[in-house]
Amino acid sequence: MHEWLNNIAPAFQRVPELLAQHLQLSFAALALALLIALPLAVWASRNRHVANVALGFASLVQTIPALALLALFYPLLLALTALFGDLIQPLGFLPSLLALTLYALLPILRNAVTGLNGVDAAIVEAADGVGMTRAQKLRLVEAPLAAPTIMAGIRTAAVWTIGAATLSTTVGQPSLGDLIFAGLQTQNWSLVLAGCLTSAALAIIVDMLLGTIENAIATRRKRRGWTAAALLAGGLVFALAPIGASGDGKDTVIIGSKRFGEQYILAKLIGHRLEDAGYNVRYREGLGSAVMFQAVTNDDVNISIDYAGTVWTNEMDRTDSVPRPEMIDTITRWSRDTYGVNVAGPLGFENTYAFAVRPDDAENLNIKTMDDLARVSPDFVFGTDLEFLERPEWQMVKDAYPLRFKGERAFEPTFMYKALSSRQADVISAFSSDGRIAANNFVVLDDPKGAVPAYDALLMVSPKYANDAEFIATIQPLLNAISVEKMRKANYMVDREDDKKSPAESARWLAGQLENKE
Amino acid sequence: MPDTLLKKRGPSLEFIGLSRHYGNVVAVDNISQHIEPGEFIALVGASGSGKSTLLKMVNRLIEPTSGQVEIGGEDVTTHEVHELRRSIGYVFQNIGLFPHMDIAHNIAIGSRIGSRPVLPTGEITELLKLVDLPTEMASRMPDQLSGGQQQRVGVARALSTKPGLMLMDEPFGALDPITRENLATSYRALHDRLGLTTIMVTHDMAKALLIADRIWVMSAGKIAADASPAQLLAGGYGDEAESLVAVPRGQAERLLARKADG
Repeated sequence: MHEWLNNIAPAFQRVPELLAQHLQLSFAALALALLIALPLAVWASRNRHVANVALGFASLVQTIPALALLALFYPLLLALTALFGDLIQPLGFLPSLLALTLYALLPILRNAVTGLNGVDAAIVEAADGVGMTRAQKLRLVEAPLAAPTIMAGIRTAAVWTIGAATLSTTVGQPSLGDLIFAGLQTQNWSLVLAGCLTSAALAIIVDMLLGTIENAIATRRKRRGWTAAALLAGGLVFALAPIGASGDGKDTVIIGSKRFGEQYILAKLIGHRLEDAGYNVRYREGLGSAVMFQAVTNDDVNISIDYAGTVWTNEMDRTDSVPRPEMIDTITRWSRDTYGVNVAGPLGFENTYAFAVRPDDAENLNIKTMDDLARVSPDFVFGTDLEFLERPEWQMVKDAYPLRFKGERAFEPTFMYKALSSRQADVISAFSSDGRIAANNFVVLDDPKGAVPAYDALLMVSPKYANDAEFIATIQPLLNAISVEKMRKANYMVDREDDKKSPAESARWLAGQLENKE
Repeated sequence: MPDTLLKKRGPSLEFIGLSRHYGNVVAVDNISQHIEPGEFIALVGASGSGKSTLLKMVNRLIEPTSGQVEIGGEDVTTHEVHELRRSIGYVFQNIGLFPHMDIAHNIAIGSRIGSRPVLPTGEITELLKLVDLPTEMASRMPDQLSGGQQQRVGVARALSTKPGLMLMDEPFGALDPITRENLATSYRALHDRLGLTTIMVTHDMAKALLIADRIWVMSAGKIAADASPAQLLAGGYGDEAESLVAVPRGQAERLLARKADG
């Protein structure tokens, strides 16, 4: 407990910067949603068909999980870049803004329509009777009387938006979700807590201020309403203030990392090196696997670590197995010719999908290979990460071995290992460079048919720096310098429960262990 | 009484072949009637006889299916509908004061939405006096007033733009008998003082007989009888009119008889 408390203070270190970004995004989304929903609500309150269509659409959006909605905007915006060029940024602020705006529409729209339709018929008749035009009726009568209901909708939307904004991390928009995702992956609970508490506190404060405004409107206490509005505006100004100062300099390198510990460590390892060489560095952490490669091709991320097998199967749509050097060679040529992406080279270790079982099962049931696994699979529950079952590798494995599991369950990687040790799963699709395999004495099964392709970690450089000799020279020492043992150790420093290290600390340790084989 | 409120005299009204259908239901059936400037017309009849529909076609809260209405010789569709309504006072049973505005703002709403300058405080005071309300009511909110006081404000609001024509849809229907009596009597006095033309829809035949110049009895969308109170009381205007007059007449006779008993 004591140690845990010690961790909490540093966990809040990045909060101000992320809070500001979080606030900007949430406010922008809410403002845009208001801009769309309020006029639409006025229209819908006067036309039943419009009401049906608008509310139907907004409800439909709500049924899409926020995470999926965010991810869907990437390919959509990418298609639009073909038309509008650099005006559209398919990663980061724009997709987050659009997804959150769509999410915020429903409560605002529904409450505004209810509020406007709920104005007493006698009052509407009086407004008509005295000769108000439609606009006057709306401004002088309907809007003021519907205002409390509309404000209640805005409050709901604000709380949802602030909560859902944590998910924008996955499309490369910094938010308080950075802390939550990084914390979840590295089992740094104080980081998760810092992200959750701050985002919850923000939601509560904004809700309270909006509630005060709502109450002030209902009881016609103008001063109190304006005070609350001024406090909100003040918060927004505070959030916007640092923008101009930091800015995206031309020499800022954006380092991407996917949503697991190894990626966070390697991002820091690269980042430290570049900073030492005088570059400004920014991190886009917690990106989805599918988003990452495209982000690099578009210079949304300048440097990343990807895995040979991932590019081979997901990006190149290959399902054949070729020898490792040939595979890396093919990927390098393909990336350069198709996207201008420079595959600087392998880091020296592999992080492949490794089927792992508990040591007692391995011994008692005599499981050593994937063929053995196929034999016992009807009695086994298969635990995977969130994406494995959808990946082509799973199909390749199933084609090679007749696996028929009793059940399949997907977990966040952290919980996947826990699921195996706590017997909620009997075999997992572990990552071979993960330190938790060795730490738990899990047994990794052989793949005699070579169904899983090679997963050498590759350093990918986006077109912007692809031919920058100085830049390449800076990262050159990382190539072929990290053995799988070292990577496992570095990963375990972050993943373990006791004496846990931050990804940055682990990266510094790893930097001292580079073994240049060249 | 300031001159400003006295200047105008009510216009004449003309209904020409006026009908309103709702699907197969005929609410108002081909009515052609004339109203003289300054007349006080009471529109009576059973529920669903088309009284309110006829009234609301004057200020176009309801549009006719066919036929037309002329005010002072001018078709009501000549001007924009909101311009028309601003020139007509409208008072109805549910009052419809704006709950988020104080009494002064409620009364001044006509000038606020029109092109006129904002109503001066003096005029609001005059209007409050006109409907027998104390000046300090001006700063109250509608929900702080009794039903009778609210409807007095409703009348003041309708008069604030100095209309010549007043349309009243069961204006005192929801009020207690004493308040109803007071308001009806004081409104008739206002009608005379300001030289208004008034059409009042009412269920209360006794009241109609007491304050109107002329009574239209409506039945199934038509005017079944058109007569002065004295003529109606004398009889000979059909069953519909007879049954309506019979109620207050019978009550009056029974009351007198009871007094004689005593």
